[in-house]
Amino acid sequence: MGGEEMIPVSWAIFLSLALFTLGVIGVMIRKNLIILLLSLELMLNAVNLNFVIFSHTHGNTLGQVFSIFVMTIAAGEAAIGLGIIIAVFRIKKTMDADTLKEMEG
Amino acid sequence: MLEVFFLILAFLALLGGVGVIAFRQPIHCAISLLLTLLSLAGIYLIFSAEFIAAAQIVIYAGGILIIFLFAIMFVSVREAEKKKKYIPGWLLFLFFGVLLFLNLGIFIRSTIFEKGKGLGDTILNFGGNTEAISHTLYNYYLIPFEVVSLFLLVAMVGAILMGGWGVKK
Repeated sequence: MGGEEMIPVSWAIFLSLALFTLGVIGVMIRKNLIILLLSLELMLNAVNLNFVIFSHTHGNTLGQVFSIFVMTIAAGEAAIGLGIIIAVFRIKKTMDADTLKEMEG
Repeated sequence: MLEVFFLILAFLALLGGVGVIAFRQPIHCAISLLLTLLSLAGIYLIFSAEFIAAAQIVIYAGGILIIFLFAIMFVSVREAEKKKKYIPGWLLFLFFGVLLFLNLGIFIRSTIFEKGKGLGDTILNFGGNTEAISHTLYNYYLIPFEVVSLFLLVAMVGAILMGGWGVKK
């Protein structure tokens, strides 16, 4: 896979941007707490894709190493976030983000 | 040929991404995210990141998504049928999202990306993609690697602690 026959870099960056935007929209408009976390994973994947693209463009593997770190952080974040969501569900009996209004002011 | 593969995979990834924010049931959203994750693994293969593609399938599709499915099955709430799935005034936020896309897209359009060098030389030097990654990881990023392992320990303890929160003894 040489440098000549590769697809243009901007296509892949547009894909990454579109996925990131979908994640942002999902975090903003959805009510379900689990789907909020799923949208967060979508954003992290878009960032990972960007790292891999620029790793390929610059010709070294630093971006790929960084995307491994991003994956690890995503795993920890999913575990802790779902733990918090399950605790919230036990106490409030709902998954709706709009019903959590204890700190409303 | 590569363009066709890339466009198909990109279409599938975007389809999955739209499904995550459009489906009503969380389980459908999770399966939709699985489509996105697998398509992205294929795109990583196009960009000669074989180890990342394998790690994507093993960690994301095999690990993180299974945690999500466990959580969805654990809560198993039947309230989603009649309620609205979006917040009130969601069209405004959709508009904000499209605005973000257009704004960043104009920057990307106006940037001239140089032709990529490709990873061919680096991989040939080390004898493989995994070897090249491990060389960088263990030579230059050893301390962050160890710190991340500590982070995973903390995350595990925190998840166990919060999983038992609010349980009546």
